Parts: sequence; C-alpha cells; structure tokens
Amino acid sequence: MKKLDDNTLGRLKLNILRGIVYAILIFLCFLCLFFFYLMVINATRSNAQLATGFTLLPKEHFFDNLVNAWNDASINIPRGMLNSLIVALSTAVLTTYFSALTAYGIHAYDFKGKRLAFTFIMAVMMIPPQVSALGFVQVMNKLHLNNNYIPLIVPGIAAPVVFFYMKQYMESVLPLDLVDAARIDGSGEFHTFNTIVLPIMKPAIAVQMIFSFVSSWNNYFIPALLLDKAELKTVPIMIAQLRSADYSKFDMGKVYMFILLAILPVLITYILLSKSIIKGVTAGSVKG
Amino acid sequence: MNERTALQNAKRKTVSYAKWGYIFILPFFVVYLCFTLIPQFLTIYNSFFENYRDGLTQIGPNFVGLENYKALFTADSAGTVRILKYLANTMIMWFVGALPQFVIAMLLAIFFTSYRLNIKGQGFFKTVIYMPNLIMAAAFSMLFFTLFSRVGPIQMLLTKWGWIDASFDFFSHRVTVRGMIALMNFLMWFGNTTIVLMAGIMGIDQALFESATLDGANATQVFFRVTLPLLMPIFVYCLITALIGGIQMFDVPQVLTKGNGAPDELSRTLVMYLNGYLTTKNYGMAGAISVIIFIITGVLGGFVYRMLTAQYRDPGRQHRQRKGDVL
Repeated sequence: MKKLDDNTLGRLKLNILRGIVYAILIFLCFLCLFFFYLMVINATRSNAQLATGFTLLPKEHFFDNLVNAWNDASINIPRGMLNSLIVALSTAVLTTYFSALTAYGIHAYDFKGKRLAFTFIMAVMMIPPQVSALGFVQVMNKLHLNNNYIPLIVPGIAAPVVFFYMKQYMESVLPLDLVDAARIDGSGEFHTFNTIVLPIMKPAIAVQMIFSFVSSWNNYFIPALLLDKAELKTVPIMIAQLRSADYSKFDMGKVYMFILLAILPVLITYILLSKSIIKGVTAGSVKG
Repeated sequence: MNERTALQNAKRKTVSYAKWGYIFILPFFVVYLCFTLIPQFLTIYNSFFENYRDGLTQIGPNFVGLENYKALFTADSAGTVRILKYLANTMIMWFVGALPQFVIAMLLAIFFTSYRLNIKGQGFFKTVIYMPNLIMAAAFSMLFFTLFSRVGPIQMLLTKWGWIDASFDFFSHRVTVRGMIALMNFLMWFGNTTIVLMAGIMGIDQALFESATLDGANATQVFFRVTLPLLMPIFVYCLITALIGGIQMFDVPQVLTKGNGAPDELSRTLVMYLNGYLTTKNYGMAGAISVIIFIITGVLGGFVYRMLTAQYRDPGRQHRQRKGDVL
C-alpha cells in the first residue's frame, strides 16, 4: 500500500514538473513569435488603422502595402532583394565548393606544410571580419572594386568555419580507399573530387549552402562600407536607410511590409528546411 | 623483393600526388591573403599614422607612432575614456542577454534530453526557438524600433493599460534601450545555444548515466556529478564563442539607435565606434580600434582554437588518420 502511494506521488510530481516545463516552452515560443506575429499583422493594416494602436487581428490592406512598398521611390526593395539574392547565392556556391575543395586537399593528400596549413586555418577561424575591414575597404577602393560585388562574393572562398565543417564531415564519411579505387580506374584528381567526393558530401554542402546564404543575405557591416550606389544596395543597407529616413512622414504599413520582405526569403527557406538546418547547427563545435 | 617494390611504388605514388594537395588548397590561401591577411596588416599599419579629413583638408598620412593609441585611452573634456565606455556598454548589453541565454539554454537542453520528462513536440519547439537566429539582425532591430516607437503599438498598448505614461519614450532611457538590445540578442541566440548543448548532452556515453543511477545517484546528483563535468568543454566553447560574438555587436544597436548609441552614447558598442571612424575616414583611429578588438578576439579565439584542435593533437588519432583508415 505504501509503495503504491509513493508511486502515485512520484507520478504526480513528474506531471507537475512536466506541466511547468511545457509552460516554460510555450512562453519562450510565444516570445520568439510575438514580434514577428505583430509584424505580419501590422503589414496588413493601413497607416490610419496602425495609428489606432495595438491589435492581434489582421486587416485587409496587405496587398495595398505590398504594392506601395514594392513601388516605393526612395527604397527600391525589389532591386535590393535581387541584389541580395545575387550576392548570397554566389557566395553560397563559392563558399561550399571551395571549402570542400580545401578540406579535401588537406584530408586526402600528404604534402609538406599540410599541418601548418591546417593549423593556420584553425587559428584564424575566430578573427572577426571587422578587424580587417579598414584595410579591406582601402584595398577595394584602390582597386576600384567599391560599388562592385566581387569584394562581397569572392572572400567566401576562404571560409575557415565552413572548411572545418567539411573537414570533419569528410573524416566521418569519406574512405580514402574510394579515392584510390577511382585512381586505379584512371580518374583524374579533379574529376574524382567533382564526381565522387562532392556527391558524397552533398548533405554537408546543402547545410552549409543554407547557412552561408543566410549569413550573406543578412550581412550589413561590410556591404554598408563598400556600396553607395543606389542600384547596387543590398537589403540590410536599405533597412538601415529606412531607419535613418524621416520617420514621422512614413506610411507605417509600408514600413512593416519592408521588414517583412527583408526577412521573407530566409523565413521561407527555414520553414521548408528547418529539420536539416537545425541538424547543421552543431557544425564545427567541439566533440564531447 | 616484390613486397618492397610495391612499398616503394606506394611511396612514390604518395609523393607524386602531393602537388594536388597544394593545388586544392591554393584558392583558399590566395583569397585569404588578398582579402583578409593583407588588409589585416594594412589595418595595423594604419594605426600608426595620422590620417583623417578635417573639413575639406586631408591631414596625413603622417607617421605618429603610438599617438592614436594614446588618444584612444585619453579622457575627453567630460572625463570619459570613450573606448572604455563603449567596451563597458558592449559587455553590459552582452551579459544581460547572455545570462538568460545560457541559463535557459541549459534548462531546455536538460528538459529535451530527459527520458523521464519525455517532452513531446520537440521538433516544433526547437524549430520555433531557433528561428530568430536566422532573421536579419538589422531587420529585427528595425522591427523593434517600429513596435516600441512613440507611435508604435506596444507603446500605445502599455499606455492604454496604464503601465507607462503617454510621454514615455523607450529610446531615451538607458535601461529600456539596453534592455531591448539585450532582449534581441537573447532571442536570437538562446535557441542556438540550446541545440548545441543538447548535442553535447546526447554525445555523453549513456552507460555513464546508467551506472551512476545503478550506484544510487538521484537525478540532481547525476546532473551535477556526471552531466555537467562532461558537458563543461562544450559549455565553455559556447560561452567563449558567444563572448567573441558579443564583442562584435553592431547591427542591432546601430539600426535601433540610428548609429548614435542614444541615450548619451550608452548603447554605443565598440564596433559602432570603429564604424563611425571608418565612415568618416579617420583611418588612424579606426586602425587603432581595430587592433584593440583584434587583440581581444585573438586572445579569446586562442581558447577556441585549443578546444577545436584538441582531437587533432591526440597522437593515436593522428596515427589512424595517416594510415587513412578513417572509417
């Protein structure tokens, strides 16, 4: 009898604990979604409706706001989105391909200085891009590459974090016997990499492509220092411009729509691929 | 004899393939040299020169030795050493966001991995809490500005409820501005930390938990005596990378305060300070600030480097690798 009581007591305790845990989780989810929910709702309201204050219910002006934002004279958001798309896609492709190539070079071959090369890449991994921004801007100005996408795209070839992820992935999935077998079959080294190694690396490449696309799409610091031609500006620069504009004169419905458009491509990608993205988060962290 | 030629052949083979290793890693190093290493040296070089614009006149570049650094650490007329003030701002805002970030991430990681609790809907919860991490920081910050502005819905709601006065301005008080920045940083990062810590807990050998339980340890003891010590390396790794990220804090406060770090520059961060000199083309001062940030992140990065490469320093593993039997 006593035993049974203990059991029910234990179960009760566990259920209370479980209730608290779910409450915490739901509260955190609410916190994460609340501001974005307000953004979407407010993007459906006209300026006059927004002036009346807070509401949780959508109104009917979504398409008006979309048309107004899309056709705005000072902030050319469709152009900005196209620009960001070009930069982010090219960066994602270059970063993943060359990081895999670099990782393969170090993983599959023995050569003098290999350890040094690896050590170097690992050592510079945590240095933030801001601390070389000054010299970077100077060099780009000298080469007349400001107002050009090359300085935003090409540096992606040297991405230590992506390299490290690729290297770790290769260590777990790529047997070198396979490379040897390809050699015996007469496959050239580049050919082996492109036709045998890359397909094996597909999951890693997909994950890193998403991450590099997102970080390039969101990148604000360096592009803002290099791009001042209106037709070249990327989305984050336009958002910052929106903040600096004379705020009181703005149609607020349009402002919410701008913000929504700025994050929409990433949001859609995330909704479609959240599972593999979350799996890739642990990229490059220490193994326990 | 036969065996020996085979061995020699094998050796020759390795040697003849070496050049491909160089070819494959060449693009990385060329690009790194041009776009990061040379700019890095140029930045350091600039920090020793006086080089700025005074109205329409260009001053310098003239070599001034350590004068820029001296200027950085000299108090202005109001008696503040600005770089230290901005460093303090950065660290305070980072800490206020990072403290709940780590506490909650740790709790969630324990909840999610507990067999006893057996939390349902983990996929959904993880998807939601990780989402803010991918959102453009500039846009998130702009959203906060619009929502909390004098004419924004949150201001109006709180006024209606009588929680704040109608004249209250979220952007003119130190506590609210810093609070908003910390809240955004918290929201953007706690999901990420949760997932990394979870992976860390799941990477711990299950047998250890089982034997601890068999030896009579309760849940609390198992956590403090088994989970926590084994999780320490990953926890410290997360903490240091978060700190390095915190030092780089820029997009959120820059957009939120229009770059002025209002009120009274109390939300101005180190990188905003750097960005200010970069946009006004005061390259001497910008160089000196860059070097300071470089040193701070370099020291912190050193710890991360040691942790990430620990597995490669283990001689046993090296040996296996060299033999190429990775699987």
